[in-house]
Amino acid sequence: MAAINRDDVAHLAQLAHIEMSAEELDRMAGELAVIVDSVKSVSEAAGDDVPATSHPIPLTNVFREDVVGHTFTAEQSLSGAPDAYEGRFKVPAILDED
Amino acid sequence: MTDATLSFEEAMDKYDPVLGFEVHVELNTKTKMFSSAPNVFGDEPNTNVNEVDLGMPGVLPVVNKTAIESSIKIGLALNCKIAEKCRFARKNYFYPDTPKNFQTSQYDEPIAYDGYLDIELSDGTVFRVEIERAHMEEDAGKLTHMGGATGRIQGADYSLVDYNRSGVPLVEIVTKPIEGAGSRAPELAKAYVAAVREIVKNLGVSDAKMERGNVRCDANVSLRPHGRERFGIRSETKNVNSLRAVEHAVRYEIQRHAAVLDSGEPVIQETRHWHEDTRTTTSGRAKSDADDYRYFPEPDLVPITASREWVEELRATLPEPPAARRKRLQADWGYSDLEFRDVVNAGVMDEIEETIAAGATATVARKWWMGEIVGRAKNADVDPGQLGVNPATIVELNKMVEDGKINNKMASEVLDGVLAGEGTPAEIVGKRGLAVVSDDGPLLEAIDAALAAQPGVADKIRGGKIQAIGAIVGAVMKATRGQADAGRVKELILERLGVEG
Repeated sequence: MAAINRDDVAHLAQLAHIEMSAEELDRMAGELAVIVDSVKSVSEAAGDDVPATSHPIPLTNVFREDVVGHTFTAEQSLSGAPDAYEGRFKVPAILDED
Repeated sequence: MTDATLSFEEAMDKYDPVLGFEVHVELNTKTKMFSSAPNVFGDEPNTNVNEVDLGMPGVLPVVNKTAIESSIKIGLALNCKIAEKCRFARKNYFYPDTPKNFQTSQYDEPIAYDGYLDIELSDGTVFRVEIERAHMEEDAGKLTHMGGATGRIQGADYSLVDYNRSGVPLVEIVTKPIEGAGSRAPELAKAYVAAVREIVKNLGVSDAKMERGNVRCDANVSLRPHGRERFGIRSETKNVNSLRAVEHAVRYEIQRHAAVLDSGEPVIQETRHWHEDTRTTTSGRAKSDADDYRYFPEPDLVPITASREWVEELRATLPEPPAARRKRLQADWGYSDLEFRDVVNAGVMDEIEETIAAGATATVARKWWMGEIVGRAKNADVDPGQLGVNPATIVELNKMVEDGKINNKMASEVLDGVLAGEGTPAEIVGKRGLAVVSDDGPLLEAIDAALAAQPGVADKIRGGKIQAIGAIVGAVMKATRGQADAGRVKELILERLGVEG
Protein backbone atom coordinates (compact mmCIF):
# COMPACT_ATOMS: atom_id res chain seq x y z
CA MET A 1 0.00 0.00 0.00
CA ALA A 2 1.22 3.44 -0.85
CA ALA A 3 2.54 5.39 2.14
CA ILE A 4 1.24 8.63 0.70
CA ASN A 5 -2.30 9.41 -0.39
CA ARG A 6 -4.16 12.29 -1.99
CA ASP A 7 -4.91 13.96 1.34
CA ASP A 8 -1.23 13.85 2.28
CA VAL A 9 -0.33 15.53 -0.98
CA ALA A 10 -2.97 18.22 -0.47
CA HIS A 11 -1.62 18.80 3.05
CA LEU A 12 1.97 19.06 1.84
CA ALA A 13 0.95 21.39 -0.96
CA GLN A 14 -0.72 23.65 1.57
CA LEU A 15 2.35 23.63 3.83
CA ALA A 16 4.59 24.40 0.88
CA HIS A 17 2.27 27.14 -0.37
CA ILE A 18 1.77 25.37 -3.71
CA GLU A 19 -1.61 25.72 -5.34
CA MET A 20 -2.69 22.45 -6.93
CA SER A 21 -5.76 21.55 -8.96
CA ALA A 22 -7.78 18.39 -8.33
CA GLU A 23 -6.19 16.73 -11.36
CA GLU A 24 -2.69 17.64 -10.19
CA LEU A 25 -3.42 16.23 -6.75
CA ASP A 26 -4.59 12.95 -8.27
CA ARG A 27 -1.57 12.69 -10.51
CA MET A 28 0.98 13.69 -7.84
CA ALA A 29 -0.52 11.28 -5.30
CA GLY A 30 0.22 8.48 -7.72
CA GLU A 31 3.71 9.71 -8.65
CA LEU A 32 4.77 10.42 -5.09
CA ALA A 33 3.48 7.01 -3.98
CA VAL A 34 5.83 5.40 -6.49
CA ILE A 35 8.74 7.50 -5.24
CA VAL A 36 8.00 6.74 -1.60
CA ASP A 37 7.74 3.03 -2.38
CA SER A 38 11.07 3.15 -4.22
CA VAL A 39 12.73 4.82 -1.24
CA LYS A 40 11.23 2.15 0.96
CA SER A 41 13.03 -0.56 -1.02
CA VAL A 42 16.32 1.22 -0.26
CA SER A 43 15.62 1.14 3.47
CA GLU A 44 14.90 -2.57 3.16
CA ALA A 45 18.33 -3.10 1.63
CA ALA A 46 20.14 -1.24 4.43
CA GLY A 47 20.06 -3.16 7.70
CA ASP A 48 19.87 -1.68 11.19
CA ASP A 49 23.67 -1.66 11.33
CA VAL A 50 23.88 0.89 8.50
CA PRO A 51 23.51 4.44 9.81
CA ALA A 52 21.31 6.80 7.84
CA THR A 53 23.29 9.00 5.49
CA SER A 54 22.47 12.67 5.59
CA HIS A 55 25.65 13.77 3.86
CA PRO A 56 27.35 11.62 1.23
CA ILE A 57 30.77 13.29 1.56
CA PRO A 58 32.83 12.09 4.54
CA LEU A 59 33.59 15.60 5.71
CA THR A 60 32.91 17.31 9.04
CA ASN A 61 33.69 20.61 10.76
CA VAL A 62 33.90 22.99 7.83
CA PHE A 63 34.24 26.22 9.76
CA ARG A 64 34.76 29.90 9.23
CA GLU A 65 36.72 32.08 11.66
CA ASP A 66 34.60 34.71 13.41
CA VAL A 67 35.84 37.63 11.31
CA VAL A 68 33.56 40.28 9.84
CA GLY A 69 33.33 40.23 6.06
CA HIS A 70 31.32 42.14 3.52
CA THR A 71 27.86 43.61 4.01
CA PHE A 72 25.25 45.24 1.83
CA THR A 73 24.01 48.79 2.02
CA ALA A 74 20.28 49.16 2.64
CA GLU A 75 19.86 50.10 -1.04
CA GLN A 76 21.65 46.94 -2.13
CA SER A 77 19.62 44.81 0.29
CA LEU A 78 16.36 46.23 -1.00
CA SER A 79 17.30 46.37 -4.69
CA GLY A 80 15.33 43.23 -5.50
CA ALA A 81 12.45 43.84 -3.10
CA PRO A 82 8.97 44.15 -4.63
CA ASP A 83 8.22 46.86 -2.08
CA ALA A 84 10.16 48.75 0.56
CA TYR A 85 9.64 51.53 3.08
CA GLU A 86 12.21 53.46 5.11
CA GLY A 87 15.01 51.02 4.52
CA ARG A 88 12.95 47.96 5.25
CA PHE A 89 11.19 45.30 3.25
CA LYS A 90 7.47 45.95 3.04
CA VAL A 91 5.36 42.81 3.12
CA PRO A 92 1.65 42.11 3.43
CA ALA A 93 0.46 41.61 7.01
CA ILE A 94 0.06 37.90 7.52
CA LEU A 95 -2.91 37.49 9.78
CA ASP A 96 -3.22 33.81 10.39
CA GLU A 97 0.21 33.45 11.91
CA ASP A 98 2.13 35.38 14.50
CA MET B 1 -11.98 39.85 26.32
CA THR B 2 -10.54 38.98 29.70
CA ASP B 3 -10.01 35.40 30.69
CA ALA B 4 -11.37 34.16 34.01
CA THR B 5 -8.78 33.39 36.67
CA LEU B 6 -8.79 31.79 40.09
CA SER B 7 -6.78 33.22 42.92
CA PHE B 8 -3.29 31.74 43.01
CA GLU B 9 -3.99 30.20 46.41
CA GLU B 10 -7.15 28.46 45.20
CA ALA B 11 -5.39 27.25 42.07
CA MET B 12 -2.66 25.76 44.27
CA ASP B 13 -5.22 24.10 46.53
CA LYS B 14 -6.73 22.28 43.60
CA TYR B 15 -3.93 21.73 41.12
CA ASP B 16 -0.28 20.84 40.71
CA PRO B 17 1.64 22.88 38.12
CA VAL B 18 4.12 21.41 35.66
CA LEU B 19 6.47 23.84 33.92
CA GLY B 20 8.79 23.76 30.94
CA PHE B 21 11.02 26.43 29.44
CA GLU B 22 12.59 27.17 26.13
CA VAL B 23 15.19 29.85 26.57
CA HIS B 24 16.78 31.38 23.49
CA VAL B 25 20.23 32.85 24.00
CA GLU B 26 21.72 35.12 21.37
CA LEU B 27 25.47 34.60 21.16
CA ASN B 28 27.71 37.66 21.05
CA THR B 29 29.98 36.45 18.26
CA LYS B 30 31.36 39.13 15.97
CA THR B 31 29.59 37.62 12.97
CA LYS B 32 26.44 35.68 12.16
CA MET B 33 25.99 31.94 12.54
CA PHE B 34 26.34 31.17 8.84
CA SER B 35 27.56 34.40 7.25
CA SER B 36 30.37 36.87 7.83
CA ALA B 37 27.98 39.81 8.27
CA PRO B 38 28.37 41.55 11.64
CA ASN B 39 26.29 40.51 14.63
CA VAL B 40 25.48 43.98 15.97
CA PHE B 41 22.35 45.25 17.71
CA GLY B 42 20.48 48.33 16.60
CA ASP B 43 22.16 49.53 13.41
CA GLU B 44 20.47 50.98 10.34
CA PRO B 45 17.99 48.34 9.06
CA ASN B 46 19.20 45.83 6.47
CA THR B 47 22.85 46.88 6.58
CA ASN B 48 24.30 44.12 8.78
CA VAL B 49 23.42 41.57 6.15
CA ASN B 50 24.84 39.97 3.08
CA GLU B 51 23.49 37.54 0.51
CA VAL B 52 23.41 34.62 2.97
CA ASP B 53 21.28 36.45 5.54
CA LEU B 54 18.88 37.60 2.84
CA GLY B 55 18.44 34.05 1.57
CA MET B 56 19.52 34.82 -1.98
CA PRO B 57 19.29 31.88 -4.38
CA GLY B 58 22.39 29.73 -4.66
CA VAL B 59 24.25 31.07 -1.64
CA LEU B 60 25.98 28.73 0.78
CA PRO B 61 26.17 29.03 4.56
CA VAL B 62 29.46 28.47 6.40
CA VAL B 63 29.46 27.68 10.11
CA ASN B 64 31.00 30.17 12.55
CA LYS B 65 33.57 28.24 14.61
CA THR B 66 33.29 30.57 17.59
CA ALA B 67 29.53 30.01 17.70
CA ILE B 68 30.11 26.25 17.91
CA GLU B 69 32.62 26.73 20.72
CA SER B 70 30.21 29.03 22.57
CA SER B 71 27.44 26.46 22.18
CA ILE B 72 29.66 23.69 23.58
CA LYS B 73 30.59 25.94 26.50
CA ILE B 74 26.91 26.57 27.25
CA GLY B 75 26.28 22.82 27.09
CA LEU B 76 29.11 22.15 29.51
CA ALA B 77 27.99 24.87 31.91
CA LEU B 78 24.53 23.26 31.91
CA ASN B 79 26.11 19.93 32.84
CA CYS B 80 25.10 18.49 29.46
CA LYS B 81 26.66 15.74 27.43
CA ILE B 82 28.21 17.09 24.24
CA ALA B 83 27.31 15.16 21.09
CA GLU B 84 30.32 13.55 19.43
CA LYS B 85 28.56 14.14 16.16
CA CYS B 86 25.61 16.34 15.30
CA ARG B 87 24.14 18.11 12.32
CA PHE B 88 21.95 21.00 11.31
CA ALA B 89 18.41 20.65 9.99
CA ARG B 90 16.00 22.81 8.08
CA LYS B 91 12.84 23.87 9.87
CA ASN B 92 10.49 24.77 7.05
CA TYR B 93 7.88 27.48 7.40
CA PHE B 94 6.65 30.49 5.49
CA TYR B 95 6.83 33.75 7.31
CA PRO B 96 8.54 36.99 6.28
CA ASP B 97 10.95 36.95 9.25
CA THR B 98 12.85 34.19 7.45
CA PRO B 99 13.74 35.01 3.86
CA LYS B 100 14.88 31.45 3.09
CA ASN B 101 11.49 30.00 4.08
CA PHE B 102 13.31 27.80 6.51
CA GLN B 103 15.28 28.35 9.67
CA THR B 104 18.56 26.50 9.97
CA SER B 105 18.32 24.71 13.29
CA GLN B 106 19.05 21.36 14.87
CA TYR B 107 16.40 18.70 15.23
CA ASP B 108 17.22 15.12 16.11
CA GLU B 109 20.87 15.74 16.91
CA PRO B 110 21.34 18.68 19.27
CA ILE B 111 24.91 19.61 20.14
CA ALA B 112 24.23 19.26 23.90
CA TYR B 113 21.75 17.10 25.80
CA ASP B 114 20.88 15.54 29.17
CA GLY B 115 22.01 18.24 31.56
CA TYR B 116 20.75 19.87 34.71
CA LEU B 117 20.91 23.08 36.62
CA ASP B 118 20.60 23.45 40.38
CA ILE B 119 18.50 26.51 41.09
CA GLU B 120 18.72 28.24 44.44
CA LEU B 121 15.43 29.81 45.55
CA SER B 122 15.21 32.92 47.69
CA ASP B 123 15.19 31.01 50.99
CA GLY B 124 18.18 28.92 50.00
CA THR B 125 16.22 25.83 48.87
CA VAL B 126 17.92 24.13 45.92
CA PHE B 127 15.72 22.82 43.12
CA ARG B 128 17.15 20.74 40.29
CA VAL B 129 15.90 21.54 36.78
CA GLU B 130 16.69 18.87 34.19
CA ILE B 131 17.86 20.07 30.78
CA GLU B 132 16.58 18.09 27.83
CA ARG B 133 18.81 19.67 25.22
CA ALA B 134 20.58 22.78 24.01
CA HIS B 135 20.66 23.17 20.26
CA MET B 136 22.06 25.68 17.81
CA GLU B 137 20.02 27.73 15.39
CA GLU B 138 19.82 31.15 13.82
CA ASP B 139 17.69 34.11 14.80
CA ALA B 140 15.04 35.52 12.46
CA GLY B 141 14.55 39.04 11.14
CA LYS B 142 12.52 41.63 13.00
CA LEU B 143 9.00 42.46 11.88
CA THR B 144 7.24 45.70 12.69
CA HIS B 145 3.51 45.61 12.06
CA MET B 146 2.16 48.88 10.71
CA GLY B 147 -1.33 50.33 10.73
CA GLY B 148 -4.17 49.05 12.88
CA ALA B 149 -3.39 48.92 16.57
CA THR B 150 0.25 49.95 16.53
CA GLY B 151 2.65 47.10 16.82
CA ARG B 152 0.04 44.37 16.86
CA ILE B 153 -0.49 42.03 13.98
CA GLN B 154 -4.27 42.16 14.47
CA GLY B 155 -5.55 44.81 12.12
CA ALA B 156 -2.11 45.60 10.69
CA ASP B 157 -2.09 46.77 7.09
CA TYR B 158 1.45 45.67 6.31
CA SER B 159 4.67 44.70 8.01
CA LEU B 160 8.20 46.05 7.65
CA VAL B 161 11.15 43.69 7.86
CA ASP B 162 14.68 44.34 9.04
CA TYR B 163 16.99 41.37 8.50
CA ASN B 164 19.88 42.66 10.64
CA ARG B 165 19.02 40.06 13.28
CA SER B 166 18.60 37.36 10.68
CA GLY B 167 21.28 34.72 11.15
CA VAL B 168 22.41 35.86 14.60
CA PRO B 169 23.58 32.68 16.39
CA LEU B 170 21.15 31.31 18.94
CA VAL B 171 21.31 28.50 21.41
CA GLU B 172 17.91 27.21 22.47
CA ILE B 173 17.89 25.57 25.89
CA VAL B 174 14.96 23.24 26.50
CA THR B 175 14.10 21.83 29.92
CA LYS B 176 12.46 18.52 30.70
CA PRO B 177 9.04 18.90 32.34
CA ILE B 178 9.58 20.46 35.77
CA GLU B 179 7.44 18.78 38.41
CA GLY B 180 7.08 19.33 42.11
CA ALA B 181 7.59 23.10 42.27
CA GLY B 182 4.08 23.61 43.66
CA SER B 183 3.36 27.14 44.79
CA ARG B 184 6.98 28.07 44.19
CA ALA B 185 6.53 27.58 40.44
CA PRO B 186 6.50 31.31 39.58
CA GLU B 187 9.55 31.94 41.73
CA LEU B 188 11.35 28.94 40.27
CA ALA B 189 10.54 30.16 36.76
CA LYS B 190 12.17 33.50 37.43
CA ALA B 191 15.12 31.92 39.22
CA TYR B 192 15.70 29.44 36.40
CA VAL B 193 15.78 32.08 33.69
CA ALA B 194 17.96 34.26 35.91
CA ALA B 195 20.36 31.34 36.36
CA VAL B 196 20.59 30.70 32.61
CA ARG B 197 21.17 34.38 31.97
CA GLU B 198 23.81 34.48 34.67
CA ILE B 199 25.58 31.44 33.21
CA VAL B 200 25.75 32.71 29.64
CA LYS B 201 26.83 36.15 30.81
CA ASN B 202 29.48 34.61 33.03
CA LEU B 203 30.72 32.48 30.14
CA GLY B 204 31.05 35.65 28.09
CA VAL B 205 29.19 34.03 25.19
CA SER B 206 26.19 36.38 25.26
CA ASP B 207 25.55 39.99 26.23
CA ALA B 208 22.59 38.47 28.11
CA LYS B 209 20.50 41.66 28.07
CA MET B 210 16.90 40.58 28.27
CA GLU B 211 15.63 44.05 27.34
CA ARG B 212 17.48 43.67 24.05
CA GLY B 213 16.20 40.18 23.45
CA ASN B 214 19.59 38.52 24.03
CA VAL B 215 17.81 36.09 26.34
CA ARG B 216 14.20 35.26 25.55
CA CYS B 217 11.93 32.86 27.32
CA ASP B 218 8.93 30.81 26.23
CA ALA B 219 7.18 29.43 29.29
CA ASN B 220 5.09 26.26 29.19
CA VAL B 221 2.56 25.76 31.93
CA SER B 222 0.10 22.94 32.57
CA LEU B 223 -1.92 21.91 35.60
CA ARG B 224 -3.08 18.53 36.82
CA PRO B 225 -5.15 17.59 39.84
CA HIS B 226 -3.02 16.71 42.86
CA GLY B 227 -2.02 13.09 42.83
CA ARG B 228 -2.46 12.55 39.10
CA GLU B 229 0.63 11.52 37.20
CA ARG B 230 -0.46 12.36 33.64
CA PHE B 231 0.29 15.93 32.58
CA GLY B 232 -2.47 18.35 31.74
CA ILE B 233 -2.65 20.20 28.43
CA ARG B 234 -0.12 22.99 28.28
CA SER B 235 -0.01 26.51 26.97
CA GLU B 236 3.17 28.12 25.70
CA THR B 237 3.54 31.78 26.57
CA LYS B 238 5.82 33.68 24.22
CA ASN B 239 7.44 37.07 24.46
CA VAL B 240 8.28 36.82 28.14
CA ASN B 241 11.31 39.01 28.13
CA SER B 242 12.15 40.12 31.63
CA LEU B 243 12.72 38.14 34.79
CA ARG B 244 9.74 39.73 36.47
CA ALA B 245 7.59 38.96 33.45
CA VAL B 246 8.58 35.29 33.60
CA GLU B 247 7.39 35.10 37.19
CA HIS B 248 4.19 36.99 36.47
CA ALA B 249 3.39 35.06 33.30
CA VAL B 250 3.73 31.67 35.00
CA ARG B 251 1.61 32.85 37.88
CA TYR B 252 -1.05 34.24 35.56
CA GLU B 253 -1.18 31.11 33.42
CA ILE B 254 -1.57 28.92 36.51
CA GLN B 255 -4.51 31.07 37.61
CA ARG B 256 -6.04 31.05 34.13
CA HIS B 257 -5.64 27.29 33.60
CA ALA B 258 -7.21 26.65 37.00
CA ALA B 259 -10.28 28.68 36.04
CA VAL B 260 -10.58 26.84 32.70
CA LEU B 261 -10.31 23.45 34.38
CA ASP B 262 -12.76 24.48 37.10
CA SER B 263 -15.31 25.41 34.45
CA GLY B 264 -15.12 21.84 33.16
CA GLU B 265 -13.66 22.91 29.82
CA PRO B 266 -10.42 21.46 28.48
CA VAL B 267 -7.39 23.73 28.29
CA ILE B 268 -6.59 24.52 24.67
CA GLN B 269 -3.06 23.70 23.59
CA GLU B 270 -1.99 27.01 22.13
CA THR B 271 0.51 29.82 22.03
CA ARG B 272 -0.24 32.67 24.41
CA HIS B 273 1.13 36.18 24.11
CA TRP B 274 2.33 37.97 27.22
CA HIS B 275 1.32 41.59 27.70
CA GLU B 276 3.46 43.46 30.15
CA ASP B 277 0.99 46.36 30.45
CA THR B 278 -1.94 44.30 31.70
CA ARG B 279 0.11 41.38 33.03
CA THR B 280 -2.13 38.96 31.23
CA THR B 281 -1.84 36.65 28.26
CA THR B 282 -4.01 36.47 25.18
CA SER B 283 -4.57 33.61 22.80
CA GLY B 284 -2.21 33.34 19.86
CA ARG B 285 -2.65 30.71 17.26
CA ALA B 286 -3.68 27.20 18.19
CA LYS B 287 -1.14 24.48 17.53
CA SER B 288 -1.98 23.30 14.06
CA ASP B 289 -0.53 22.39 10.70
CA ALA B 290 1.63 25.47 10.91
CA ASP B 291 3.79 23.48 13.32
CA ASP B 292 4.40 20.75 10.79
CA TYR B 293 7.89 21.95 10.02
CA ARG B 294 9.02 19.00 7.88
CA TYR B 295 12.53 19.01 9.33
CA PHE B 296 15.22 17.40 7.24
CA PRO B 297 19.03 17.39 7.46
CA GLU B 298 20.55 20.59 6.06
CA PRO B 299 22.28 19.47 2.87
CA ASP B 300 24.43 22.61 2.61
CA LEU B 301 26.23 22.07 5.91
CA VAL B 302 28.37 19.08 6.80
CA PRO B 303 28.04 17.54 10.28
CA ILE B 304 29.86 18.82 13.35
CA THR B 305 32.08 16.46 15.28
CA ALA B 306 33.22 17.46 18.74
CA SER B 307 36.28 15.41 19.63
CA ARG B 308 36.70 14.70 23.31
CA GLU B 309 40.00 16.60 23.22
CA TRP B 310 38.28 19.70 21.85
CA VAL B 311 35.51 19.45 24.45
CA GLU B 312 38.07 19.12 27.26
CA GLU B 313 40.05 22.07 25.91
CA LEU B 314 36.87 24.14 26.02
CA ARG B 315 35.95 22.84 29.46
CA ALA B 316 39.35 24.02 30.70
CA THR B 317 38.49 27.58 29.61
CA LEU B 318 35.21 27.74 31.53
CA PRO B 319 35.10 30.49 34.14
CA GLU B 320 34.17 29.92 37.75
CA PRO B 321 30.52 28.79 37.87
CA PRO B 322 28.08 31.38 39.22
CA ALA B 323 27.31 29.45 42.42
CA ALA B 324 31.01 29.27 43.27
CA ARG B 325 31.39 32.88 42.30
CA ARG B 326 28.65 33.88 44.73
CA LYS B 327 30.46 32.10 47.55
CA ARG B 328 33.68 33.88 46.68
CA LEU B 329 32.08 37.32 46.33
CA GLN B 330 30.32 36.99 49.67
CA ALA B 331 33.64 36.17 51.32
CA ASP B 332 35.46 39.00 49.50
CA TRP B 333 32.83 41.55 50.39
CA GLY B 334 32.43 40.40 53.97
CA TYR B 335 28.62 40.40 53.82
CA SER B 336 26.63 38.28 56.25
CA ASP B 337 24.51 35.42 54.82
CA LEU B 338 21.41 37.54 55.19
CA GLU B 339 22.97 40.63 53.63
CA PHE B 340 24.28 38.63 50.73
CA ARG B 341 21.00 36.79 50.13
CA ASP B 342 19.17 40.11 50.14
CA VAL B 343 21.61 41.42 47.54
CA VAL B 344 21.14 38.33 45.35
CA ASN B 345 17.36 38.37 45.71
CA ALA B 346 17.24 42.06 44.88
CA GLY B 347 19.15 41.19 41.69
CA VAL B 348 21.99 43.64 42.27
CA MET B 349 24.99 41.34 42.81
CA ASP B 350 26.49 42.10 39.40
CA GLU B 351 25.80 45.79 39.85
CA ILE B 352 27.54 45.79 43.22
CA GLU B 353 30.50 43.96 41.73
CA GLU B 354 30.73 46.56 38.95
CA THR B 355 30.42 49.38 41.45
CA ILE B 356 33.24 47.94 43.54
CA ALA B 357 35.30 47.55 40.38
CA ALA B 358 34.64 51.23 39.67
CA GLY B 359 36.25 52.15 42.99
CA ALA B 360 33.62 51.89 45.73
CA THR B 361 34.08 49.80 48.87
CA ALA B 362 31.82 46.78 49.39
CA THR B 363 29.96 48.58 52.18
CA VAL B 364 29.41 51.70 50.11
CA ALA B 365 28.25 49.74 47.06
CA ARG B 366 25.76 47.78 49.13
CA LYS B 367 24.52 50.90 50.90
CA TRP B 368 23.75 52.60 47.59
CA TRP B 369 22.22 49.68 45.74
CA MET B 370 20.18 48.27 48.59
CA GLY B 371 19.44 51.57 50.30
CA GLU B 372 18.76 53.92 47.42
CA ILE B 373 18.37 52.12 44.13
CA VAL B 374 16.38 48.96 44.85
CA GLY B 375 13.51 50.98 46.30
CA ARG B 376 13.45 53.34 43.32
CA ALA B 377 13.46 50.38 40.93
CA LYS B 378 10.53 48.87 42.79
CA ASN B 379 8.60 52.12 42.49
CA ALA B 380 9.43 52.37 38.80
CA ASP B 381 8.56 48.68 38.37
CA VAL B 382 11.82 47.75 36.64
CA ASP B 383 14.80 45.60 37.54
CA PRO B 384 17.36 47.65 39.52
CA GLY B 385 20.01 47.17 36.82
CA GLN B 386 17.65 48.70 34.27
CA LEU B 387 17.04 51.88 36.21
CA GLY B 388 19.96 53.61 34.52
CA VAL B 389 22.36 54.09 37.43
CA ASN B 390 25.92 53.47 36.40
CA PRO B 391 28.68 52.52 38.83
CA ALA B 392 30.65 55.71 38.11
CA THR B 393 27.70 57.80 39.30
CA ILE B 394 27.68 56.00 42.63
CA VAL B 395 31.41 56.40 43.05
CA GLU B 396 31.16 60.11 42.27
CA LEU B 397 28.22 60.66 44.62
CA ASN B 398 29.94 58.78 47.39
CA LYS B 399 33.12 60.79 46.98
CA MET B 400 31.12 64.02 47.25
CA VAL B 401 29.64 62.74 50.51
CA GLU B 402 33.01 61.64 51.86
CA ASP B 403 34.59 64.95 50.91
CA GLY B 404 31.83 66.70 52.81
CA LYS B 405 30.57 68.52 49.70
CA ILE B 406 27.08 67.12 50.10
CA ASN B 407 25.40 65.02 52.76
CA ASN B 408 23.50 61.75 52.34
CA LYS B 409 20.15 63.44 52.02
CA MET B 410 21.42 65.69 49.22
CA ALA B 411 23.13 62.74 47.55
CA SER B 412 19.79 61.00 47.34
CA GLU B 413 18.32 64.10 45.74
CA VAL B 414 21.21 64.27 43.27
CA LEU B 415 20.60 60.64 42.37
CA ASP B 416 17.01 61.51 41.52
CA GLY B 417 18.38 64.25 39.27
CA VAL B 418 20.75 61.83 37.54
CA LEU B 419 17.87 59.42 36.91
CA ALA B 420 15.74 62.27 35.60
CA GLY B 421 18.49 62.93 33.04
CA GLU B 422 19.55 66.29 34.45
CA GLY B 423 23.23 65.55 34.03
CA THR B 424 26.19 64.32 36.03
CA PRO B 425 26.17 64.54 39.84
CA ALA B 426 28.54 67.54 39.75
CA GLU B 427 26.31 69.35 37.28
CA ILE B 428 23.20 68.67 39.34
CA VAL B 429 24.83 69.84 42.56
CA GLY B 430 25.64 73.09 40.75
CA LYS B 431 22.24 73.48 39.10
CA ARG B 432 20.20 72.75 42.18
CA GLY B 433 22.46 74.77 44.44
CA LEU B 434 23.07 71.79 46.67
CA ALA B 435 26.13 72.22 48.79
CA VAL B 436 26.81 71.60 52.37
CA VAL B 437 27.17 74.75 54.46
CA SER B 438 30.87 74.56 55.14
CA ASP B 439 31.38 78.13 56.18
CA ASP B 440 31.77 77.75 59.93
CA GLY B 441 30.16 81.13 60.69
CA PRO B 442 26.51 80.18 60.17
CA LEU B 443 27.20 76.74 61.64
CA LEU B 444 28.63 78.18 64.84
CA GLU B 445 25.63 80.45 65.17
CA ALA B 446 23.30 77.48 64.88
CA ILE B 447 25.44 75.45 67.29
CA ASP B 448 25.47 78.18 69.91
CA ALA B 449 21.69 78.50 69.61
CA ALA B 450 21.24 74.74 69.97
CA LEU B 451 23.56 74.53 72.96
CA ALA B 452 21.77 77.41 74.62
CA ALA B 453 18.42 75.76 74.01
CA GLN B 454 19.55 72.44 75.49
CA PRO B 455 21.88 73.31 78.37
CA GLY B 456 21.36 69.90 79.99
CA VAL B 457 22.66 68.14 76.91
CA ALA B 458 25.59 70.53 76.72
CA ASP B 459 26.50 69.61 80.29
CA LYS B 460 26.31 65.91 79.53
CA ILE B 461 28.72 66.31 76.64
CA ARG B 462 31.06 68.37 78.75
CA GLY B 463 30.88 65.60 81.32
CA GLY B 464 32.14 63.11 78.71
CA LYS B 465 28.81 61.71 77.45
CA ILE B 466 29.80 62.29 73.84
CA GLN B 467 26.92 60.15 72.49
CA ALA B 468 24.49 62.84 73.69
CA ILE B 469 25.82 65.03 70.87
CA GLY B 470 23.17 63.65 68.48
CA ALA B 471 20.51 65.95 69.91
CA ILE B 472 22.61 69.04 69.21
CA VAL B 473 23.65 67.84 65.75
CA GLY B 474 19.99 67.17 64.96
CA ALA B 475 18.99 70.68 66.03
CA VAL B 476 21.76 72.20 63.89
CA MET B 477 20.79 70.13 60.88
CA LYS B 478 17.20 71.25 61.33
CA ALA B 479 18.23 74.86 61.61
CA THR B 480 20.32 74.63 58.43
CA ARG B 481 17.61 72.64 56.59
CA GLY B 482 19.90 69.68 56.16
CA GLN B 483 22.52 71.71 54.32
CA ALA B 484 25.24 71.15 56.91
CA ASP B 485 27.92 68.50 56.94
CA ALA B 486 27.06 66.49 60.03
CA GLY B 487 30.69 65.48 60.56
CA ARG B 488 31.88 69.06 60.60
CA VAL B 489 29.03 70.05 62.92
CA LYS B 490 30.14 67.38 65.38
CA GLU B 491 33.73 68.66 65.35
CA LEU B 492 32.62 72.22 65.92
CA ILE B 493 30.35 71.31 68.82
CA LEU B 494 33.17 69.45 70.56
CA GLU B 495 35.51 72.36 69.92
CA ARG B 496 32.95 74.76 71.30
CA LEU B 497 32.56 72.74 74.46
CA GLY B 498 36.28 72.10 74.77
CA VAL B 499 35.85 68.33 74.70
CA GLU B 500 38.28 65.95 73.03
CA GLY B 501 36.46 63.92 70.31
